[in-house]
Amino acid sequence: MKLFDNKIEFGGYMAACVVLLLVLPAMNAFFPADSALHFSSFQLSLWGKYITYAVMAMSLNLLWGYTGLLCLCQSLFFALGAYAFGMYLMLHVGVDSVYNTALPDFMDFQGYTELPWYWAPFENGAFAIAATMLVPGVLAFVFGFLAFRSRIKGVYFSILTQALTYAASLFFFKNNLDLFGNNFILFGGNNGLTDFKEVFGYDVNAASTQRWIFVMSAILMLVVYLVIAWLLKTKFGKVQQAIRDSENRVRFSGYSTTTYKMLIFVGTSMVAGIAGAFYVPQVGGINANEMTPAKSLDVVVWVALGGRGTKFGPIIGAIVVNIIKSFTTRAYPDSWLIILGAIFMLVVLFMPNGLVGLPKQLAPLWARIRSNATTSATPAS
Amino acid sequence: MKDVKKLTLGLASAAALFSSSLLAEDTVKVGVLHSLSGTMAISETSLRDILLFTFDEINASGGVLGKKIEPVVVDGASDWPTFAEKAEQLLAQDKVAATFGCWTSVSRKFVLPVYEKYNGLLFYPVQYEGEELSPNIFYTAEAVGQQAIPAVDFLLEEGYTKFYLIGTDYVYPQTTNLVLFEYLKSKGIPEENIGGGLRKENGEVISAGKYTPFSHTDYQQIVADIKSFAAGGDAAVLNTINGDSNVSFFKEIAASGLTADDCPIVSYSLSEDEFRSLPTSDLVGHLGCWTYFMSLDTPANKKFVKNFQKWLKTKAPSSVQKEGRVTCSPMVLSYNGVYLWKAAVERAGTFETSAVIKELEKGISFDGPGGTVTTQENHHLTKNVYIGEILEDGQFEILESFDNVYGEPFLKGTFK
Repeated sequence: MKLFDNKIEFGGYMAACVVLLLVLPAMNAFFPADSALHFSSFQLSLWGKYITYAVMAMSLNLLWGYTGLLCLCQSLFFALGAYAFGMYLMLHVGVDSVYNTALPDFMDFQGYTELPWYWAPFENGAFAIAATMLVPGVLAFVFGFLAFRSRIKGVYFSILTQALTYAASLFFFKNNLDLFGNNFILFGGNNGLTDFKEVFGYDVNAASTQRWIFVMSAILMLVVYLVIAWLLKTKFGKVQQAIRDSENRVRFSGYSTTTYKMLIFVGTSMVAGIAGAFYVPQVGGINANEMTPAKSLDVVVWVALGGRGTKFGPIIGAIVVNIIKSFTTRAYPDSWLIILGAIFMLVVLFMPNGLVGLPKQLAPLWARIRSNATTSATPAS
Repeated sequence: MKDVKKLTLGLASAAALFSSSLLAEDTVKVGVLHSLSGTMAISETSLRDILLFTFDEINASGGVLGKKIEPVVVDGASDWPTFAEKAEQLLAQDKVAATFGCWTSVSRKFVLPVYEKYNGLLFYPVQYEGEELSPNIFYTAEAVGQQAIPAVDFLLEEGYTKFYLIGTDYVYPQTTNLVLFEYLKSKGIPEENIGGGLRKENGEVISAGKYTPFSHTDYQQIVADIKSFAAGGDAAVLNTINGDSNVSFFKEIAASGLTADDCPIVSYSLSEDEFRSLPTSDLVGHLGCWTYFMSLDTPANKKFVKNFQKWLKTKAPSSVQKEGRVTCSPMVLSYNGVYLWKAAVERAGTFETSAVIKELEKGISFDGPGGTVTTQENHHLTKNVYIGEILEDGQFEILESFDNVYGEPFLKGTFK
């Protein structure tokens, strides 16, 4: 079975592999800082962040673009993965000279002397990595089971997922939880988890560590792309797209649409979770702000801007929007929101298929210009 | 031979002149890292404005080490990963000599590892909870001992014996109230006279006071609680509520009939600048505590306010709001930070971060609008503290001042 639709897609994929896995890391590692060919560690970790965003956008696209479920809790799954890995990093900061404790600083603030039982397992790296996928997966399973079995769909599904995101962010913003008279310390409240020191024994801020995390993020994105490309060609993928186009007909044809939707929902939540895990060490922190409803809507905008229901669109959307954001918040700090907003409006109004749909959209125009050119050239000959 | 000597001398002096004239045109980049959009923009934009004013003022009098300050303004967008990204951009790409910025604790927590990684220098100007000491940050802000504790001293002196603690649920109020709880107990206030509730773990108090989430609006229950707490008289409220929740809180207080005479409320997060967007009618008579008030009657402050107003009218860029501007403590602490940095650079004779930090640690004084401030070895400032009463026009009438209060970030567990 062929994974790629055409030669252009294959070529683009191979080019991305070479650039992300070889060229950029090599430019970062082998050229001195003052060389024109040097790719700075700052730029590398910035691109690493874009790539994790792109993976989150790809996971949303699989749900929204290919299954017709506009999910507004993708940033929640992403943040849960980020928190799970952030907890591991937080438990490996060592004994700080200022705080004089091996506990996370916010526990020390609040007078805790022992690690609570629900924090303890995250000291184990393997557990934490498993948790980056399992925590979002279990939440998606429970929520999806309740929602899909009750045949909640369309805008109601979106509203419920948004409510879930909001509720979760309120929970994570809290410092403590009082439950039946017992006090539980949560996950750092508004300050979240920051100031990490090492990851699996390596200095998390070292250029070489950041380079490896970048390479692994790129591998994650490239693998997720292949998996999605493969999935869409399978019978499963066909049913999934049929659900998007007409769920009732699929159900009357004897397919359990609930099962299909459950599988997709849980699977994409785990992909978003693992993307969040790669996000944390490259950004250097996570707080509940990352799981607010506004952040979920950001992802929707990236997918729409890049091209919903296309394999390449969400990657382009996530990267382009974030490059523009990074550039304008430095170059036009007073007016960047207006610039970004104008771009969104232009795309929504004039590019129904997003940025990746642009060549196709322009094709007739291009053909007309060319035919005009040939007709006007005819009389002369 | 003589001619040759003359020639070389002449050449050398010409070269020196040439290079010095080049140097004079040289600039030094300085970062401004505040939120100009999003929820924090309303507070942080004022700090951007005062920093631009300060740079213009310094540049007009010759700059720093003969170099003009070139501000690099970036927008943190009230988004913490963006703060971290912009901080790294300032340090890695623009190679700024120093950064002035951040408001919320969480933004500072996100940029702290970045400044330590690049050995940068950040001046942080907003009152905070303490319990932190980064070698790359100077905290020009009020530590708990320079705001919360002097206010309590003032109230104790006035004869108040019951204190109700209320705040927004995050680290600054939680830590401040915990320190206040310990301080009040050390002053002989019994636990039952400290209102808002206590939470204990293994017999130890881990949280004191009443907490509400950000943007909370329903204060009916809490105010009823405060009213019954204050019924016996001699009670005061220590308020660490942040942002727009204060509007609902004070509305409810006014509606309940509690006046500033019955039960004064000391607010730690409301300054003159907040009153630009907050109606003061319900707050008149209540108290504030800062290291600067715009109403300070000193020549230094009058000159500062006048110059700022003049700058707004003449030189301010178009993005700066010009009407109805006031000055407040975080703005003055930003202003002081720039001058302290300038003094340290001039003493060190270089912009190199480690040398500048060393000079700052040795102790540098600056006569600012709020009085003299002096840097300490622990990266905080010794400064004056003032207690003020809120007036109708959003200004404070100064009731009491404490001179040269030492800035100590680690207060928790020190009062026994």
